[in-house]
Amino acid sequence: MTETLALEARALTRVLPGPVPVTLVENATFAVRRGEMVAVTGPSGSGKSSLLYLLGLLDAPSAGQIWIEGSDVGGLSSDAQARLRLGRLGFVFQFHFLLEEFDVLANVMLPMRKLGRHRPAEMRARAEAILADFGLADQMRKYPGQLSGGQRQRVAVARALANDPAIVLADEPTGNLDSQNAHAMFDIFTRLAHEQNRALVVVTHEHDLAALADRRLQMSDGRVATT
Amino acid sequence: MPLELDIALSHLLRRRRQTAISVLGVALGVGFFIGIASMMQGFQRYFIEKVIDVQPHIIVKDEFRAPALQPALLAYGEGAVEVFGLKPRDEVRGIRGGRAILASLREMPGLRVAPTHTAQALLRYGVKDVSVTVNGIEPALERRVTNLEKALIRGALDDLYTAGNGVILGIGVAQKAGVTVGDTLSVISPQGVVLKMKVVGIFSSGIVSMDNFEAYVLLKKAQILHNQPNVINRIRIRLDDIEQAETFARRLESRFGYRTESWQEASRNVLGIFVIQNGIMYSTVGAILIVACFGIFNVISTVVFEKARDIAILKSMGFAEADIRRVFIIEGLIAGLVGSVFGWLLGYAIVEFLASLRFPIEGFVRGEGFFLYRTSWHYAIGAAVATASAVFAAWLPARRAARLNPVDIVRGL
Ligand SMILES: Nc1ncnc2c1ncn2[C@@H]1O[C@H](COP(=O)(O)OP(=O)(O)OP(=O)(O)O)[C@@H](O)[C@H]1O
Ligand SMILES: [Mg+2]
Repeated sequence: MTETLALEARALTRVLPGPVPVTLVENATFAVRRGEMVAVTGPSGSGKSSLLYLLGLLDAPSAGQIWIEGSDVGGLSSDAQARLRLGRLGFVFQFHFLLEEFDVLANVMLPMRKLGRHRPAEMRARAEAILADFGLADQMRKYPGQLSGGQRQRVAVARALANDPAIVLADEPTGNLDSQNAHAMFDIFTRLAHEQNRALVVVTHEHDLAALADRRLQMSDGRVATT
Repeated sequence: MPLELDIALSHLLRRRRQTAISVLGVALGVGFFIGIASMMQGFQRYFIEKVIDVQPHIIVKDEFRAPALQPALLAYGEGAVEVFGLKPRDEVRGIRGGRAILASLREMPGLRVAPTHTAQALLRYGVKDVSVTVNGIEPALERRVTNLEKALIRGALDDLYTAGNGVILGIGVAQKAGVTVGDTLSVISPQGVVLKMKVVGIFSSGIVSMDNFEAYVLLKKAQILHNQPNVINRIRIRLDDIEQAETFARRLESRFGYRTESWQEASRNVLGIFVIQNGIMYSTVGAILIVACFGIFNVISTVVFEKARDIAILKSMGFAEADIRRVFIIEGLIAGLVGSVFGWLLGYAIVEFLASLRFPIEGFVRGEGFFLYRTSWHYAIGAAVATASAVFAAWLPARRAARLNPVDIVRGL
């Protein structure tokens, strides 16, 4: 019996239309299993972010397919795609991207409240558990503006995990962190893949971090090559 | 608290001053609506209440609405005949067959009738001349068609019977002529008849056109005064159901042929002014609300612009377009509802302030200060319109927010 792949790109292509069409991603084909961490590397402007936006259903491909947990998501309505993002995908941007008006705990609880699957007390307990796991137990009542960059990025990852997604996508999550914080962040990602059995796709241009991944996808000019 | 409400509040609290200003705009709109509506409707209701109290609901007149069809037109109905310069016939003999019409009206259920003779005359007291409309009435019957008796501030209707030549004057007429109860004055008709009459009563109906221009005498005296013995030229009717006045008047007119006016038609000038008044009121309040809506549109547009990054986060997190739209619509809703509540307080304060003012007014009606109509309907309508407008104002920026493409925003940073 073959295991269902968490995430699959099949001949994925994204071209920006215009007088001079710009090809962001060209014919990308690869798969990611649960329990596996894949690093995407490549020079600036090679299309790493563009690929991740496609995988995260934030952008629509010009051609090709994305399969999430065994089904093609191309034909889904935008509402259905939003539900997938909410329940099955977690996205971490390069900048922390927290809501400034909500404290740390509230930020992590946002996706849970949107999903509405659990009772408030359960949501809260779960958010506290994730934050504690990331060493943020005593920061939960602070607002994003009162945290360090590394702490904020950990909160952003905690929020991406709020609804227990099968797939976590991170676009240069360590781009703004010093090397110590960056390594701590990658330790977390490794645990998410290996201990929590999630599929991780992490964009980074730092080779020592990419080396920690199970596999590496090398991008150049929108094309993906496996190394 | 629902998530979208939570986010909406966080946005509004961030732009406190702008939010407060747009809420204030809504409050002003609602408050002024309540104040003006209470004043105008109060006045209009008072006027109508008075009119249907002291005036008959329907009057059959000895006039025709259109000139009689001319023989030439009858003969060549289809042809190119037109007759100019025709006047509707003047009935010098009053309502023909008036007794028969009265009799058949008395047969009808739901109404009471009284015959009258109404015509112009001049009151002369010393050197003062005052022109009045003299109504010749039968007090016992008049009592059944109007509540004139209630408006009497001196004397009684029956005094017309006891005094040989009694007249009851409107308070404005009495003041203009400088007479009071007990004085004797001359009443002069266009036909040249002069009667010495004694003032036996004074009424104050509150309706200026009546109080300043009407006098009541016995039907017999009016007929003598105008040299039209036994003539009646008005039939006054009171209905049990005031709503029927217009349709009933039309029925009577087509049956008897005489011009038959409902109270609405008789007061058409004033009712027409009411329509204009209401139009001005609604435009004023509408203008305030439009300004308030611009305010709301402005805050929410600013928030959408400022919070583009948050919108991208929420969308990437799994918020659907409708969820984003809801956040900003809720912001409009909050501004509308909070503004309405403050508007209620303001409106209440305005109405109570107007109510506290005391000053003589004399327009269509006479009074001491504003006539105010207090009803929770004004509060409900004001809040409903304001809230609907606020939601409408929020709609456009909300739709723009919902359509924002998160990738464009993230790339733009
Ligand atoms: N809206 C756009 N119009 C034109 N070109 C664009 C647009 N958006 C992106 N590009 C181009 O697409 C290419 C891929 O961009 P992308 O952001 O995916 O690269 P990246 O690999 O993430 O780079 P970085 O490491 O700097 O983040 C770049 O050459 C970029 O200039
Ligand atoms: Mg990038």
